Amino acid sequence: MSAADAHHAHPESPTNIGFWIYLMSDCIIFGALFATYAVLGGGFAGGPEPKDLFEPGFVAIETALLLVSSITFGMAMLAAEKQKLDATTGWLVVTGLLGAGFIGMEIYEFAHLIHIGAGPDRSAFLSAFFALVGTHGLHVTGGIIWLVTLTAQLRMHGLNAANMRRLGTLSMFWHFLDLIWIGVFSFVYLVRLI
Amino acid sequence: MATEHLQPQETWSPIFGRLTLDWIPYHEPILIGTFLGVAFAGLIVLALMTRFRLWLPLWRNWVISVDHKKIGIMYMVLGFVMMVRGFADALMMRLQQALAAGGAEGYLPPHHYDQVFTAHGVIMIFFVAMPFVTGIMNYVMPTQIGARDVAFPFLNNFSFWMTVAGALLVNLSLFIGEFARVGWLAFPPLSGAAYSTGPGMDYYLWALQIAGVGTTLSGINLIATILKMRAPGMKMMMMPIFTWTSLITNVLIVAAFPVLTATLALLTLDRYLGFHFFTNDFGGNAMMYINLIWIWGHPEVYILIIPIFGVFSEVVATFSRKPLFGYTTMVWATACIMVLSFVVWLHHFFTMGSGANVNTFFGITTMIIAVPTGVKIFNWLFTMYRGKVRLELPMYWTIGFLVTFTIGGMTGVLLAVPPVDFQLHNTLFLIAHFHNVIIGGVVFGVYAAVTYWWPKAFGFKLDDRWGKRAFWGWFVGFYLAFMPLYALGLMGVTRRMNSYADMGWQPYFIVAALGAVVILFGILSTFMCFYVSIRDRKRLACGGDPWDARTLEWANQSPPQKYNFPQDILVTGRDMFWKMKEEGFTWSTDYQPIHMPKDTATGVLISAFALGFGFAMVWYIWWLAILCFVAMLAIGIAHTFNYNRDYYIQPDEVAATEAKGASA
Repeated sequence: MSAADAHHAHPESPTNIGFWIYLMSDCIIFGALFATYAVLGGGFAGGPEPKDLFEPGFVAIETALLLVSSITFGMAMLAAEKQKLDATTGWLVVTGLLGAGFIGMEIYEFAHLIHIGAGPDRSAFLSAFFALVGTHGLHVTGGIIWLVTLTAQLRMHGLNAANMRRLGTLSMFWHFLDLIWIGVFSFVYLVRLI
Repeated sequence: MATEHLQPQETWSPIFGRLTLDWIPYHEPILIGTFLGVAFAGLIVLALMTRFRLWLPLWRNWVISVDHKKIGIMYMVLGFVMMVRGFADALMMRLQQALAAGGAEGYLPPHHYDQVFTAHGVIMIFFVAMPFVTGIMNYVMPTQIGARDVAFPFLNNFSFWMTVAGALLVNLSLFIGEFARVGWLAFPPLSGAAYSTGPGMDYYLWALQIAGVGTTLSGINLIATILKMRAPGMKMMMMPIFTWTSLITNVLIVAAFPVLTATLALLTLDRYLGFHFFTNDFGGNAMMYINLIWIWGHPEVYILIIPIFGVFSEVVATFSRKPLFGYTTMVWATACIMVLSFVVWLHHFFTMGSGANVNTFFGITTMIIAVPTGVKIFNWLFTMYRGKVRLELPMYWTIGFLVTFTIGGMTGVLLAVPPVDFQLHNTLFLIAHFHNVIIGGVVFGVYAAVTYWWPKAFGFKLDDRWGKRAFWGWFVGFYLAFMPLYALGLMGVTRRMNSYADMGWQPYFIVAALGAVVILFGILSTFMCFYVSIRDRKRLACGGDPWDARTLEWANQSPPQKYNFPQDILVTGRDMFWKMKEEGFTWSTDYQPIHMPKDTATGVLISAFALGFGFAMVWYIWWLAILCFVAMLAIGIAHTFNYNRDYYIQPDEVAATEAKGASA
């Protein structure tokens, strides 16, 4: 009965499922922000409207940077599975740079909007816009900090089991942010431009 | 506003932010008295701890421990300490309302009274009820599924200390500055920058945000534990009902708390950076906040009660010496409540004016929840029916619950009828209703859990005489305190009143105040019960299975060793421990090395800086906020560079520990 025979001293790591559940909770935060944008997005208060503010070309480049970074992260994962350390960290650096490019463009966009008097304190629409896009940006920033940390740890300890697990969770996080951005891109930028 | 002149002039300095000496309430005798009392008691505790050299053991064995059992006990201690604070607020309100009739002003000015009712609600929900249910789940659930610990032991420790940081921030507001004066859910525009100046509202926001991080992470942790850490052979439909209710509760936590996080963050942006989500002007919409906060708030009440349903299920089955009646229906009823709890939020504000169709939808969904809840009530009754019922302490609370909660549930169904709600919205009828289900449900359930699992945690039972006094104090006190509020609510008396003109209401308020005093007797009896039981622990000592129980947490020693079970248990059915006893189970002496997590101080360190961060944000001390934030980040990142997080307990050590535990 007491299961010395049913040996399971090392049950499957709960990290992946735990991280999935975390991502779902994060998804709900974004859900609340999307809902807020849906409700308040028409509250212009006599201020600027989306068509006055958003430039499709600029957002397209931003989006492209982030989408390509998902592909490069995928390349890093493929290299990691083949236990190629240099290739893995190389692809991670590329991914991080693309992410940083995305964040740089977003900061530029925010600064520009605030400069022309379309800051978050101008109207409920702009509050909701800044909160939604800014929260995504904060997540990407957190992802970059994590990516830098993990790259250092990969250089220190190589592709051992713990690092593979961490790489897997960061990969989920990165693709998740990509998915959220597709929502932001469609729901905030595309819809209002049509 | 009469209250405005009570607040010090807003000034800001780079070093202290807006914190000035004027914010220390040395002109309020009540607060000075409280401060002296707390400081005096605190000094005695500090002196005794130093005298008996307890600091290092406290740090080593408790503060940095990742053992789910110790964390569970610490949650319970936090809950009881904060219950004293929250109940002191309740007594103050009852006294004020008993006095302030027909032109009398009572002893609490509105500025203070409004803080008291806000603090009472916030503390009782976030820092009493939540720690209680999280603590019970933490202690009991892993042992019920035959696990060694939770899925992420470090995260568990971190979650607990974040909750403590939030609780400390609320308590700091008592002596440095003020607390919010907005009611427990802080509806804007009252809670916005325009109408709530001063630090009180910011204490509210940061305390809940910090504690909320802990709650969400704990929810994720416990779900992963149930999904991945069950003993071999334990299928989902073999899990004890309390484990089932824990799973569903934590799903609700993970689904609902992010909404609270987002909502409070938006209000924070409104207050700190001039955003316009919930303001009256610039396109803001306060009803958006009220919708969002109740999308969290309604599931929250189920987060509190569902694990308690699990507690009663275990207690009833054990003390009726029968398997729970209708296990499968109990699981499905709980799952139904989980889903339904997300489609009823609008019943909290039928008066918003969404129109008859919307109100009808939410009224009906609300009434439907009574169906699965009724299923549960009948399951418990049928479990007792023809069982060999033993009236031990946990059963007192269970029977008290069955009666009280059913009454509270029926008044809830009354309120679910929109036209009735239009009459009773924001009256004391509502207050009576939710205290009826929270005291009659959650509090009674927590007591049932404490009296039921105390012998497991400490190796001796609780004193029967004081335990029963605690029950009768709470039970009788509840009815005395809240039945008058039902009557007052039907007379149209609104909630949160500082004073009132109609002398006819006063007798009811006096009876309610007497009820609160009877509850006080119940609470004092509780602490007396703990004291007497610890004093007489030799007389009350018991073995691993004092109640002749049915589930795995009783299969090991009391208190359990830190690895919970010396060997893995192969589970072959429901009520596994009962089955093992029938089959004459004994532990073998063929021990294997046991894989264990190492303790760490990271959680408590990050939480300490989170407390500093919250305090700095409340007072606009920007340099301190940045410093604390960077420190949190740095400690968190440094923690990830530690790959050496586990160790093995060798078989000979297990053998020695087991032998020592058996002879104790």
